[in-house]
Amino acid sequence: MKNKVLRNMLIPGIVAVAAVIVPAILIEMNVIDGYTAQIITLGGINAIMAISVNVISGITGQLSLGQAGFQALGAYAVILLTVNCHIPLPISIILSGLIAAFFGFLIGFPTLKLEGDYLAIVTLAFGEIIRIFLVNLKDVTGGPNGKQFSTIFTTSLDHGAMISYLAIIGTLVLIIILLQNFLRSTYGRAILAVREDSIAAKSNGIGVFKYKMTGFVIASFIAGIGGALYAPFIGFIKPDLASFNNSINHLIYVVLGGMGSVTGSVVAAFVLTGLQEVLRFLKDYRLLIYPLILIFVMLFRPQGLLGMKELSFVKTWDKLMGLFKKKAAAKIEVKGEDNE
Amino acid sequence: MDTFLKQLINGLSLGSIYALIALGYTMVYGIVKLINFAHGDVMMIGAYTGYFVLKAFGATPFGLFMAFIASMVMCAILSLVIERCAYRPLRNAPRLNSLITAIAVELILQNLMRVLPFVGPNPREFPTMPSKVFTLRTAAYPEGLISISNIQLIVIIASAVLMIVLNYVINYTKTGKAMRAVSHDMGASSLMGVSVNRTIAITFVIGSVLAGAGGVLYASAYPQIDPTMGYIPGLKAFVAAVLGGIGSVPGAMIGGVMLGVIETMAKAYLSSQYADAISYSILIIILLVKPAGLLGKKTNVKV
Amino acid sequence: MSKDNDLLMKINNISIVFGGLCAVSGFSCDIHKGEMLGLIGPNGAGKTTVFNMLSGIYKPTDGQITFNDRNGTLHILGKASPAALNKIGIARTFQNIRLFNNLTVADNIRIALHSDRKVNPLDVLFRTPKFRRDEQIMTNKVHELLTLFKMDDCYGELAKNLPYGKQRKLEIARALAANPVFLLLDEPAAGMNPQETDELMKLIALIRKQFNLTILLIEHDMHLVMGICERIVVLDYGRKIAEGTPEEIQKNPEVIKAYLGGEAAGL
Repeated sequence: MKNKVLRNMLIPGIVAVAAVIVPAILIEMNVIDGYTAQIITLGGINAIMAISVNVISGITGQLSLGQAGFQALGAYAVILLTVNCHIPLPISIILSGLIAAFFGFLIGFPTLKLEGDYLAIVTLAFGEIIRIFLVNLKDVTGGPNGKQFSTIFTTSLDHGAMISYLAIIGTLVLIIILLQNFLRSTYGRAILAVREDSIAAKSNGIGVFKYKMTGFVIASFIAGIGGALYAPFIGFIKPDLASFNNSINHLIYVVLGGMGSVTGSVVAAFVLTGLQEVLRFLKDYRLLIYPLILIFVMLFRPQGLLGMKELSFVKTWDKLMGLFKKKAAAKIEVKGEDNE
Repeated sequence: MDTFLKQLINGLSLGSIYALIALGYTMVYGIVKLINFAHGDVMMIGAYTGYFVLKAFGATPFGLFMAFIASMVMCAILSLVIERCAYRPLRNAPRLNSLITAIAVELILQNLMRVLPFVGPNPREFPTMPSKVFTLRTAAYPEGLISISNIQLIVIIASAVLMIVLNYVINYTKTGKAMRAVSHDMGASSLMGVSVNRTIAITFVIGSVLAGAGGVLYASAYPQIDPTMGYIPGLKAFVAAVLGGIGSVPGAMIGGVMLGVIETMAKAYLSSQYADAISYSILIIILLVKPAGLLGKKTNVKV
Repeated sequence: MSKDNDLLMKINNISIVFGGLCAVSGFSCDIHKGEMLGLIGPNGAGKTTVFNMLSGIYKPTDGQITFNDRNGTLHILGKASPAALNKIGIARTFQNIRLFNNLTVADNIRIALHSDRKVNPLDVLFRTPKFRRDEQIMTNKVHELLTLFKMDDCYGELAKNLPYGKQRKLEIARALAANPVFLLLDEPAAGMNPQETDELMKLIALIRKQFNLTILLIEHDMHLVMGICERIVVLDYGRKIAEGTPEEIQKNPEVIKAYLGGEAAGL
């Protein structure tokens, strides 16, 4: 039993560490060029946002069209905390996530009392309200023209790309691990029960509002972290960050990857971010690709790529091992036949 | 600042347009329980159709009339295509899927307009007739107690006419009866011989025709058009529909006018920057306090 | 009528009105500990509505319900939520099965064990030994229950993929996981063939004895009801029209009229 537990921790653990360290080294050594590094890192930010949308829409089952609002809050917060309050960047990033989570808690109270379409529209309304405030609080946010944010991410010519990659992909991996731990526990199951059938959930002792709120706050925290990493990485933010269009982009990752599959939405985020770059030659026609993908998925494969399943490195490892063993056994057989 | 009465006229004019668009939302939601996200963009396409017609015929009353016809026809065809290709296949799917598809259609319409070579993302000036303002002056108000422009007159009168026609259609024609029946109970209506597909398609068409007209009117009143122009009025019209009671036709009319007046007053007397935030807050408050809206009915869910 | 020690639940003249329609009116019933009570009546009589009031999903507009939990504390049901009632020992199943479809059989049961868990978020995030021990306790309980229901082979199956009869059994197993004293079963035999119904009867009798349960049962299958219920209450148009032993009920003219309009066939 202990061996199995160790193995189940070791395999994903090694993959996680490798995914963070190996490309970072390659970037530093310029084996991966700056442009590609930028795209991969941007994919990482999008993956974090995709996870945020997935947590509230896929896992808790409450469709939110306003997660970009929390991203924007996190982005502006990190700038204000670092520049105005002189808090070191790593700490301001975490604090920004907490600030976004706090707003999530406040916004959750009215929003989560609603269901379905109405809940979705209200999240959209809150996203718009956030955007309007960000545009108009010019003294604090710099207004519609946005705010610059120079940090080591953008100023360091030699190491900026590697630092960005490490910080963002490292955070992404950490979020994935902690989130999976949370979901595969009694708390996670409670949230899933609320999604599956809230009446059955409450009749079996689950406080439905409490767990809807838990999902919503976790999702806004993750979105806040996404924003707090976006600001130093890009170096410049505008109130548009909170727009409905931005929220929809993140939603598309989740719809494609599978509502309810964390790994699915991460994969979809990277794939679509890469696709956007690859298709740059299409210019504005690119903008049609995302919504067309959305419609195709809805019409022909509504559960997305992975549905509610997760990619399991342990299972993949087992399958590969199984294949090796078969091949080795077949070779021994052949050798045995040769000898006869 | 303009007088209260002048602002009231402004509000009525804006509200009439919201009402026209809100009707589309409320009828579609009433019949298929779908928030038609693409509705605001249908209004945008109505505006662009009007633009091209007015450019061709000139900004005259005749040109405006042709613009109305053209945009209403265009929007009717467009909504038929959308309903058939995107919404009908998902009628029996979970509501979430239809909602996401509606969002996708909205994005496709917007981005399609951006991409089309003869349209493009840049804003254009909508051709309008020269503005004539009719002012009532009194001794106390030499600047004018109440005034109304010819455009505002057209907006209010055209909207009123369309709403009267709609009211007639819904309450006094067989089609209207079918629409009401299907929105009550789709299954029972179909058993009674009502063609559900046709009725739903007609509902979409009527809603889009009104939105198309609304687009021309909106562009006449606020003459700058661009592919993203439909999003915010669309959202506000949805707020209006909810305010009046989603699913209720008179509700959409009342909600639209009310929201127009409230928004105009908020812009004039409270804060022009945060007026939109106030409109969205109305949505949130209504859904929490009286989700059925002013004229809607409360439904009980059976466990 | 003996009070306190013997009474599990006292339902005192409850009524509920939905938008002008009185679904249940003046319903009273004393439920004694360890009883097997049946609730029958024609369709639309208000049986599930009564269940919904006893389990906290609806609040009665009139009347009062009191309940003695497993520690002997007296509760007035009042505004208590279904979750709160589940924690003090009331569990139920649903007329139209409400399983957590995309979760496994095992997880469906684990959810009912949620209230008893003593791990905190830190334990969960960092998978401490305390967390692992707790998970193991849950896994053992799940296997126990599934074995009792002869469903241990379905442990990892998704609930939505189970055959209908097993889904019904799973719902009952899940209800039992919360360690209730009072179990409400809403048409547990619906859609079952005679053989499955027989198995169900034996299962209900077994769990009643093993877990020391008081059971209130809604059923249309008269063979089941008359077979296992000690006492039966009959509802019609939201009112109680009869109460008594199976024999008494079968002969009661009001009951016969409500169901069959005059003939005594079928009972």
